[in-house]
Amino acid sequence: MAVPVAAVRNVTKRFPGVVANDGVSLEFNAGEIHVLLGENGAGKSTLIGILAGMQQPDEGEILIGGRPVRITSPRASLELGIGTVFQHVLLVPSLTVIENLMLGGPWWRNLLRGPALARFRELSQLLGVEIDPDAQVGRLSLGEQQQVEIMRALWRGEKVLILDEPTSMLTPQGVKDLGAVMKRLRDKGVALILITHKLVEAYELGDRISVLRLGRLVGALPPERKRAMSEQEVTDAVIEMMFGTVAQHERDAEILVGRGRRTHRARHVDRAGPPRLQARGLATQATRGACPLRGVDFDLWPGEVLGIAGVDGNGQKHLAEMLAGQRAAASGTILLDGRDITADAVPERRRRGVRYVTDERLGEGTVGAFSVATNLVLKEIGAPPFFRRGVSDWDHIHDHARALIKRNDIRTPSEKTPVAKLSGGNIQKVLLARELNAEAGVVIFNKPTYGLDLQNTRLAHERILAGADQGLATIVISTDLDELLEISDRIGVMFQGHLAGIVENGPDVERKVGLLMTGAKAA
Amino acid sequence: MDSLLTEAFLTSLLFGAVTAGVPLLLAGLGEQVSEKAGVLNIGIEGMMLFGAYAGFVAAYCSGSFALGFVAGGIGGALVAALVVLLCIRYGLNQIVIGIAVTLGMEGLTALLHYFQFSRTYPRLDLAPAWALPLLSDIPVLGRALFTHNPIVYLAVLLVIALGWLFRATYIGLNLEAAGNKPAALDAAGVSVVKTRAFAVLATGFLSGIGGAYMANIGAGLFVPFMTGGAGFIGIVLAMLARGRPVWVLLGAALFGISLAMTTALQVAGINIPTDVVQMLPFAMVMLVLVIFARHSVLPPALGLPYVRGER
Ligand SMILES: Nc1ncnc2c1ncn2[C@@H]1O[C@H](COP(=O)(O)OP(=O)(O)OP(=O)(O)O)[C@@H](O)[C@H]1O
Ligand SMILES: [Mg+2]
Repeated sequence: MAVPVAAVRNVTKRFPGVVANDGVSLEFNAGEIHVLLGENGAGKSTLIGILAGMQQPDEGEILIGGRPVRITSPRASLELGIGTVFQHVLLVPSLTVIENLMLGGPWWRNLLRGPALARFRELSQLLGVEIDPDAQVGRLSLGEQQQVEIMRALWRGEKVLILDEPTSMLTPQGVKDLGAVMKRLRDKGVALILITHKLVEAYELGDRISVLRLGRLVGALPPERKRAMSEQEVTDAVIEMMFGTVAQHERDAEILVGRGRRTHRARHVDRAGPPRLQARGLATQATRGACPLRGVDFDLWPGEVLGIAGVDGNGQKHLAEMLAGQRAAASGTILLDGRDITADAVPERRRRGVRYVTDERLGEGTVGAFSVATNLVLKEIGAPPFFRRGVSDWDHIHDHARALIKRNDIRTPSEKTPVAKLSGGNIQKVLLARELNAEAGVVIFNKPTYGLDLQNTRLAHERILAGADQGLATIVISTDLDELLEISDRIGVMFQGHLAGIVENGPDVERKVGLLMTGAKAA
Repeated sequence: MDSLLTEAFLTSLLFGAVTAGVPLLLAGLGEQVSEKAGVLNIGIEGMMLFGAYAGFVAAYCSGSFALGFVAGGIGGALVAALVVLLCIRYGLNQIVIGIAVTLGMEGLTALLHYFQFSRTYPRLDLAPAWALPLLSDIPVLGRALFTHNPIVYLAVLLVIALGWLFRATYIGLNLEAAGNKPAALDAAGVSVVKTRAFAVLATGFLSGIGGAYMANIGAGLFVPFMTGGAGFIGIVLAMLARGRPVWVLLGAALFGISLAMTTALQVAGINIPTDVVQMLPFAMVMLVLVIFARHSVLPPALGLPYVRGER
């Protein structure tokens, strides 16, 4: 049998309070897509961090082409032909797209744009993306940044290509394009490692599937076995490995995989009364690289979930920020319960019950160096009951945090751990726990479940719907159409700054939304 | 008041502005390189001072001004090497180390000077100036701006060179990335430590030359504590310049003029208390900060040590 291109043997990595990898042994073969699955905090990113030279294992060894090596730096990893798409975008926001792609070149050479641009065009075509190479990366939507990150990895990874949740911000079409590229690379003999939380992707793209749980390798499907199984059998086997006995019931499995995807529960929304939120002609100032709003209208009733679909970068970010009060309106009005709140700032809107869950969980959503507990009360700093006369009541804050950690299954060594040390999905849980907890009237979610594992995605969906049942007016922005089909009452599509038609969720909605996404007018 | 507008007065004012402004320009440009790379180099005052001392001693012993500048640059870089070791390699607090370096160099240079020269302050000969052909024939401006030591022209050329370096080279990209998102630079396969070390050494080199200029050209002698806050003005200039060398040049010119005013007003015999006059440049710092500081943009990773894999 051929020697694996890369392999880890008995790798253990500990962090204060957690064993992130516990004696993991895995092999990555040329011409094979190896899918790594596992719940949030299972240790997937840590493992690829070790291969990428970002982390050093405490025990165990790495083999490249059968030879033991030490990957002491990302540079060493790149020199071994390993390219990595990190879970949290590692691009320089102040540089342009093309500059980011050129970063890391030999410093004594001339910086040549020509060849870089040619390569950029080639890769954009391959991935089916349209991004201005001279746009500042910080201005791009996260979905676009993710695509730039993928391009960069393709640019450098010749032998091994690692993708840590590369599809979390992509639309179905983007996922398809990426899948095609991955398969092409596999056929050219590249070893690919894909981390994802979506079992459909694992089944469709993976040749071999391995499952991590609490840092340990708990199961694997080698190619010969996987080939012999149906999609149903593969998902069942994987869920069994991922969650053990927790999800053994048929029904649970069904929901987890979303195989009964059209489980949209028709809810009754009373649209006879006055709407909770009314948007009229919302428009924002254009910024380079980011799509502005060009006249968005909609009404949102209490108890309703309005899904906003569309390719990332069509104005979703501006819409969310404008509703939340973080971005000034160029024109248009926002009415909350009939009252004009267009000029109100964030605290005022918050007081009136507007909540916003950003899609940038690091930076905008949380303060990395602050503890989980502090982040859970971040938007109430200085206000009772957690702060009295300007003094923080730590006992209260920590009690509150422990309760939320338990309720939301946040995996953290303690409530005092800095939030940045949590795994990506667990940071997302902190963000959701904070916003879903407080008294609210309108909630805007921007990609609420990105990076969450199956169980937590389901949990989040259930809670969003429970909120709506209690009368919350809810907006969910997502690039994941399946998610919107599952929880929305109506779905609108953002296209080049317009909200291109809003359709009722129900039979045939997929086709209508698909049409709208390409820019066609609502049927 | 007539005397204020004579040719001689204007010439000496502008000439003095250049002499006072060049060390600020070099310090400001140097600090800008560090700040771009994410290092807040508070020790620059100490680097200038040690550069001034080393430059003076070298010029005094060899009689060569060129050698003086080289020694000044190397002296500044040596001090910078200490900062590299403590702050970049071991990740100690940049502000604490910076202040310590400045205080340490004030003491060290004073001590060394005392050992060598006791309480005497020997002077250098007048430095050679290089009159630029044609340009130096312009009335007033020619004498004031185009009859200087070659290092002055080099400093101005450096503004253009750095502008190009920042914009159009891999080094520029690396510096920008080191200050903006060091993890991204690391992931791209470039050592953050090396990039920042290079930046801090460059800062030391440039500010050391600035110090040597102050001693050898500006004053013609070395006096302990002679930089008198020039390094700190350099920090202010770099912070306000938003990464653009041209803005450092403008700022240095502004401060140069206000510094030259202090001398020129005294020479012109205007009856203002010296203390007030000498306060002028620092009042200027305040004023500029009040007006422009709100618009300054600093790199997000400024002052933060980078530890790979830490989150
Ligand atoms: N640098 C670090 N410092 C401290 N703890 C860390 C660090 N990196 C990871 N951890 C911890 O190690 C565990 C595994 O994290 P990891 O990021 O590998 O999870 P993951 O499987 O990628 O999860 P997700 O699906 O949420 O991205 C988590 O408990 C996390 O808190
Ligand atoms: Mg992860």
